[in-house]
Amino acid sequence: MTALVIAAAGPGITLQDGGRHGYLRYGITAAGPMDPLMHATANRAAGNPLDATAIEISTGGVTLSAEGGAIGLALIAPGFRVSLDGAALPDRVALTLEPGRTLVVRAGEAGSWGYLAVSGRIAVAPVLGSTATHTRSGLGGLDGRGLSAGDRLPVDEARSGDGAPHRLVTPWLDRDPRVIRVVLGPQDDYFAADQIAAFLAGPWTISPRGDRMACFLDGTPLMHAKGHDIVSDGVVMGAIQVPGNGLPIVLMADRQSTGGYPKIATVIGPDLGRLAQVRGGAQIGFRQVAVEEAVAARRAERDVLRQPVTREPVVRTDFASDFLLGLNLVGGVADGRA
Amino acid sequence: MSAAPDEPRLLAAGEAALVVEFGSTVDPAISDRVLALDDALGADPPEGLRERVPTYRSLMLHYDPLVLDRAALVERVRALAAGTTERAAATTLWTLPCCYAAPHGEDISQVAERTGLSPDAVVATHAGATYRVYMYGFAPGFAYLGGLPKALAVPRRASPRPPHPANAVVIGGGLAAVATVPMPTGWYVIGATPSRLYAPERDPSFFVGAGDLIRFEPVDAAAFDALSAREAAGEPVARRWESRT
Repeated sequence: MTALVIAAAGPGITLQDGGRHGYLRYGITAAGPMDPLMHATANRAAGNPLDATAIEISTGGVTLSAEGGAIGLALIAPGFRVSLDGAALPDRVALTLEPGRTLVVRAGEAGSWGYLAVSGRIAVAPVLGSTATHTRSGLGGLDGRGLSAGDRLPVDEARSGDGAPHRLVTPWLDRDPRVIRVVLGPQDDYFAADQIAAFLAGPWTISPRGDRMACFLDGTPLMHAKGHDIVSDGVVMGAIQVPGNGLPIVLMADRQSTGGYPKIATVIGPDLGRLAQVRGGAQIGFRQVAVEEAVAARRAERDVLRQPVTREPVVRTDFASDFLLGLNLVGGVADGRA
Repeated sequence: MSAAPDEPRLLAAGEAALVVEFGSTVDPAISDRVLALDDALGADPPEGLRERVPTYRSLMLHYDPLVLDRAALVERVRALAAGTTERAAATTLWTLPCCYAAPHGEDISQVAERTGLSPDAVVATHAGATYRVYMYGFAPGFAYLGGLPKALAVPRRASPRPPHPANAVVIGGGLAAVATVPMPTGWYVIGATPSRLYAPERDPSFFVGAGDLIRFEPVDAAAFDALSAREAAGEPVARRWESRT
């Protein structure tokens, strides 16, 4: 049976579908992708439902190969270094992974998360209706954990791609991290007007200690107007809570379902991935928008994802000659490697 | 006689969630209003409403804003909140077996020390009360319970203790809880229930809802083991009682 085999995986490589929805009221976190737009784009490019199971690649990097048959892949990992049998590929690429060949994705100069979607279905059993991995509670994915060397992911209904690698054209994923849009609230009344202004003005630096649960911001601490403890209430992905030390924390995909700190603002859904992709040490900025603008951004995102993803031939000038050999343009050489 | 109920505050949690806040404290009357609205929306959910998350004092509504317009949701919520202050459904009471003895009630002596009660009195006090499930949160199936007698109101630990086993019965910060998933905790572990409030592979995965009542029925370690075996075999050991309020 066709399968993807993991030869090496750094920490934080997980299977994610669109998230485990419907159980927040029982304390079950949705999990799902850190960059929902990029995840959906990879699935679109692979010809899958937008919320299909894909591999979320962290800066830990992953090395994998195909077993039992060729598998078409759509890899979207802007800023990562991608290679097939040692030959460089674009960081947004559709390709067919033939058995015996090795795809390597390594952290590059930018980007925190990439997505590898397979043309077919990664066949892992859903838990509570979803394959999304939530490692803290050991739910979903492969035994509730991150992927590691030796793991084998069966692929049902695998389709091979259309020959040579093609660059995927996804300009909507070129996002400016200095403009992350927020809606104020739900607890902006816990902050005086000058503190809300200070929050929006920044600057804020992404702390390197972030993970799938939260993104920590460094900067000038904010002051609370009426204390920093509230009776716990619900939290969404993107909620920006301000604990006692005044440094905002953006709750991300693996957040708890409820929380007890005031939330000054909420990152809008379409900008969650924009934030998630920022590396530790980099600066971000916030811009306040009305709910209507956020909904309009969501609508624009939905419309983008309804279009097919444009593919371009990979042009020779971008890559070294060993890359062309890797494309199987010279049959004898490629056969020699197999 | 009875005045019109106070209007809830409606707060934005981004463009795809709305917080309906009935108060800012832990209070059964506030919780009743939260759960009454939760019931009403659950009975006839508007298209596009994805999830309802009741907490102590508010109801968080996750929705798809491309299907359900916020203004329409707000209007619906205001109308329901004005007309619905009591839960329509019957109140469900669950009796959960609980073993307070060794090795399960690991922290009973610490609680005895901090409260000035004898270990037996700690058990009798905890088992003598009826608890209300206010909400789930923090971890899968972690049920926050109100109704802990004041005599057992110990603050939470300054730093977490090592992980407890699954289905620990814990107290801390004036609340009780059932902690279904093993993890380090700032609460005190005073027992364990053989009943699995959360079992992801079971249908339904959860059976106790927010607003339900819980009583703990002391059992010894041998009975705990026997009941655990029954639970594992698919025979639920929690007992259910229903009454109209």
